[in-house]
Amino acid sequence: MKLRISHETVYCYDQPIRNLVQSLRLTPSIFEGQKTHEWLIEVPDGIKGPGFRDGAGDWIEGWTLRGPAQEVTVRITGHVETRDTAGVLRGHRELIHPLAYLRDTQATAPDEALRKLAQSTGTHNDALDLAHKLSALVSKAITFRPGVTRAQTTAAEALALGEGVCQDHAHALISLARLRDLPARYVSGYLHSTADGQPHEAAHAWAEIHVGNLGWVGFDAANGCCPDERYVRLGSGLDASDAAPIRGVAMGSGIERLAVAVRVEEEMAQ
Amino acid sequence: MVYYNEMFEGESVRDPYARLSEWVRTMPEDFRQMKQAEAEALFRRIGITFAVYGEGGDPDRLIPFDMMPRVFEQSEWRRLERGIKQRARALNAFLRDVYGRGEIIRAGRIPARLVYRNAAYEKAVVGIVPPRGVYSHIIGIDLVRTAKDEFFVLEDNCRTPSGVSYMLENREIMMRMFPQLFRQSRIEPVEQYPELLRRTLESVAPAKCDSRPTCVILTPGHYNSAYYEHSFLANLMGVELVEGQDLFVDGEFVYMRTTQGPKRVDVIYRRIDDPFLDPLCFRPDSMLGVPGLMDVYRSGGVSICSAPGAGVADDKAIYTFVPEMIRFYLGEEPLLNNVQTWTLWKEEDYRHVMANLPDLVVKEVHGSGGYGMLVGPKASKEEIETFRKKIEANPSNYIAQPTLSLSTCPTFVEEGVAPRHVDLRPFCLCGDRIELVPGGLTRVALREGSLVVNSSQGGGVKDTWVLSE
Repeated sequence: MKLRISHETVYCYDQPIRNLVQSLRLTPSIFEGQKTHEWLIEVPDGIKGPGFRDGAGDWIEGWTLRGPAQEVTVRITGHVETRDTAGVLRGHRELIHPLAYLRDTQATAPDEALRKLAQSTGTHNDALDLAHKLSALVSKAITFRPGVTRAQTTAAEALALGEGVCQDHAHALISLARLRDLPARYVSGYLHSTADGQPHEAAHAWAEIHVGNLGWVGFDAANGCCPDERYVRLGSGLDASDAAPIRGVAMGSGIERLAVAVRVEEEMAQ
Repeated sequence: MVYYNEMFEGESVRDPYARLSEWVRTMPEDFRQMKQAEAEALFRRIGITFAVYGEGGDPDRLIPFDMMPRVFEQSEWRRLERGIKQRARALNAFLRDVYGRGEIIRAGRIPARLVYRNAAYEKAVVGIVPPRGVYSHIIGIDLVRTAKDEFFVLEDNCRTPSGVSYMLENREIMMRMFPQLFRQSRIEPVEQYPELLRRTLESVAPAKCDSRPTCVILTPGHYNSAYYEHSFLANLMGVELVEGQDLFVDGEFVYMRTTQGPKRVDVIYRRIDDPFLDPLCFRPDSMLGVPGLMDVYRSGGVSICSAPGAGVADDKAIYTFVPEMIRFYLGEEPLLNNVQTWTLWKEEDYRHVMANLPDLVVKEVHGSGGYGMLVGPKASKEEIETFRKKIEANPSNYIAQPTLSLSTCPTFVEEGVAPRHVDLRPFCLCGDRIELVPGGLTRVALREGSLVVNSSQGGGVKDTWVLSE
């Protein structure tokens, strides 16, 4: 699938800010499932800082903006060609040992309900089979519903609520997988909006679980499937905050308002 | 239990202590009291009142200074020095390895989980090789002595060990109060430490630095218990002492705000912990660090000492594997021994420890400062049983070691001079070279019979002498 992506994030401040520093994880991963033909990151008035590939295989780019500025825009435009690898992250170069992804954070820390849910599938000899079961459990336990959870909502809270968005599904699945001793991580990316009118966000997130011989495999519990050619992968982390596409801090006390516009469209063959 | 008294060989005074012994013997009582008061006044005036790393307690409490120095012969020190440098090389090789290919784990010499699941293991720096491959630039190695030729390493401190300002101040004060002692004996100097530290820091400047490197010390601020040491070292090294808000990232580099405008910073000797270094990489709520610092570091624009992630080498569980590291990376036998350690999460060790509690020292894996530990031979039956219940509730939180017969040194006490137990923390510097000033911080347990040297538990400090040939 040939996808054209545009992603614009606009931060508006009541008071002008200075010395904005951002760390962007906003460049598509390199693996068999996707090939980037063109990719442009722009921060008008910003200074491009260091760029490097980290141990997880993500391309990180720093940007700074001296200001004063009342509005800051991060604009992405690019073309990515994708193909279905049944969720398997094949050919992705990374150095971090999977065991480093067994560690929980505040967002994924299990409570009694998550523990019970994790044990409800019984014993499994096959890790892949177990991962699929856990993903199905999360799909069932948390209904997709925007607006009921916040960025800080934890896996335990989302499960108790029984509702949430893709971030909550991913956190819950990560928590369950780690409880079963399967390394798991949070992945941020894009999802092509299909024409069938199903509700989902174009800026998307899912979980990856490390299953023995296959290595890392993606699971999108929010949509009850594994990532295929409609998905574009950007980067990963222990949780949403660790994997955030944009992390930034500025000097100034202005209240921040955020406007995000994402389009992921299929390019029709000429 | 028989303790090795460092001053005596049988009945006679050992050579290194000969002059001191005479000095004490001929010292009038009122002179001693006057001098002790003078020393205390000097320390108060300097304002050196901080606690040694991780000990907690009142940061403004004055740590008692004992005027009786501890003395090493040149040959004794040479042996220690070789052992300490060997350990420092192995610890840095280990850090290079576990943030790279992990050969020691692939070879089955250290369990993978112990490293990769360790809270101090930073996945953000995997694959990042700091200048000269050095992760830990200042290593404080805590040693105890049990016999004339027997030393053991109690623990390694690879992050930001403190106490070196005591080493320097103890010497300074001794020289001021008793200049004749320094004329009579040839004592190796320690005053070059700040210069060596600065040279070490400059030697690990990033490749992108093309002039004389600008170094700074990054402190969490004056509420920190070791703030005195931060400002003391900055002063002696002639570098700026900065807080997070004094630094900022612009483009590819880190700058310091100065009255003459921004100045690029090449090497940061940080005295703040990993989670607080950069809110864009670690804890998002940290106000102590510098936003964007880790991206600059990871792209080679600035050096951070010690490197983020260095803490994985000095954990109490990893400690048991340091001899293995020395064999694996250096192909040598360890010159300094580890204390035998039982890890209570192992069934076999658990049984042994529970059966021998009255003879052992039991510590929390993440504890420090002499709190939360059981010293079996010094504990009452009741205390032992209470501790047994704590262990049963969470065995994996504990390690156990035999009670070491810590050596004693003559120490001034109310009644005159008496033996008290001591340990030693030398500070090893790792940059383009590995350097160790001849000396260190000697801590002394001032309470009679006490084996706990931590200042929070009644410990004091002594000047540490290494005699020239």
